[in-house]
Amino acid sequence: MLEHLELFFKSIFIDNMVFAVFLGMCSYLAVSKKVSTAVGLGAAVIFVLAVTVPLNWLLDQYLLQDGALAWLGPEYADYNLSFLSFIMFIATIATMVQLVEIVVEKFSPALYNSLGIFLPLIAVNCAILGGSLFMQAREIPSLGLALNYGISSGIGWFLAILAIAAIREKIRYSNVPPPLRGLGITFIITGLMGIGFQSFGGMLTGDNEPPEGTSNTTVEKTIEEKEINKEIEDEEKAVSYNEVLNK
Amino acid sequence: MALLSKKDSNLILDPLADNNPITIQVLGICSALAITAELKASLVMAISVIFVMGIGNIVISLLRNVIPSKIRIIAQLIVVATLVIVVDQVLKAFAYELSKTLSVFVGLIITNCIIMGRFEAFALGNGVWRSFLDGIGNALGYGVILVIIGFFRELLGSGTLFGIPVLGDPIAKTGLYSIGYENNGFMIIPPAALIVVGIIIWVQRTRNKALIEEA
Repeated sequence: MLEHLELFFKSIFIDNMVFAVFLGMCSYLAVSKKVSTAVGLGAAVIFVLAVTVPLNWLLDQYLLQDGALAWLGPEYADYNLSFLSFIMFIATIATMVQLVEIVVEKFSPALYNSLGIFLPLIAVNCAILGGSLFMQAREIPSLGLALNYGISSGIGWFLAILAIAAIREKIRYSNVPPPLRGLGITFIITGLMGIGFQSFGGMLTGDNEPPEGTSNTTVEKTIEEKEINKEIEDEEKAVSYNEVLNK
Repeated sequence: MALLSKKDSNLILDPLADNNPITIQVLGICSALAITAELKASLVMAISVIFVMGIGNIVISLLRNVIPSKIRIIAQLIVVATLVIVVDQVLKAFAYELSKTLSVFVGLIITNCIIMGRFEAFALGNGVWRSFLDGIGNALGYGVILVIIGFFRELLGSGTLFGIPVLGDPIAKTGLYSIGYENNGFMIIPPAALIVVGIIIWVQRTRNKALIEEA
């Protein structure tokens, strides 16, 4: 329970999709002129992330990872298909987006009318692919946590686009220097908001967080560990995952 | 340029300045910002994108009469994903440390809006040679901005370029540091990239008033 809560807040505030890793910036900048459209796109992103991240987790766990094909029989245990993950993930996402669009159109025309135009845009939104790739890179240990990660990073993105859309609606009445109008000032405001969000960094890790430069070595360490004991049990995975969380 | 006609050379030169993919078309921001804390990573990212865009535009342009328009997005994604896997495997084989730094952002070239945008807007309707030039031009425009951001962030943030100290040694207090200069740690954190892009846009639009947006 505690790890769910921890991941939830971490994905929304500390590793915010927009402010910490700059994912989905293209649609974030293009669709944030009005709050109402921003809400529509944000909701669609939460929805699609909640569907695709768990799905790609299953794909990663049972098809792509080193030794993931072991369930087919011992002779398949040596296969490592992880180089295919980009193409598999993006195919899943594109298909799911199409499928979601058809299902929503059929069963909830009202929702379709509000989300409709944004759904095709989402297939090429980097936040969606980024969600799956980070899920893989951080070795999320269980399906429940993967679902949690999808939803909470979606909420983080939703919050960000909602905030910038509200600010952009207000800033129309301010006297911004002409060359900065529109795009320029949006970049700078996003930068300032990002600095604000950095302060959430201390929320979970407290004083234990190592300085910037050392974070790479932690990741490498977990990867080395992964190579050493290839047949990792689920509990052990949870341990290495916690190490990444604590870095 | 004798090799290229005037129209063709514009395909390459336009995106470098007045039609830059990042600062004017607002495409491909996602990967542009996260990896620009060091010049080396920015340069490798720029080269990867130039490779993917050049080849990708050729492939899409060759296939433009074969792909049914209904499934063209998926077809384009598969082409890009294949090229990006090539880039990723090459980086892992020859520059392992660097591929760790770039981590998921190599994969995110797939959803880089510049690539999809140029496929849609250009390669689907133009011949192979012109599509190739357009791809290279836009990727260069992207790369130029990436290198500029990387240059300033690494110089001001760590006092190094390509990892080589250029302003002296901050601990031994040599060079600029002997007169009280300090590294600006602010430039290392991710949000600083956004502010640097904002300033680049500011400078560019001050020089060329035609680009100023109506508020």
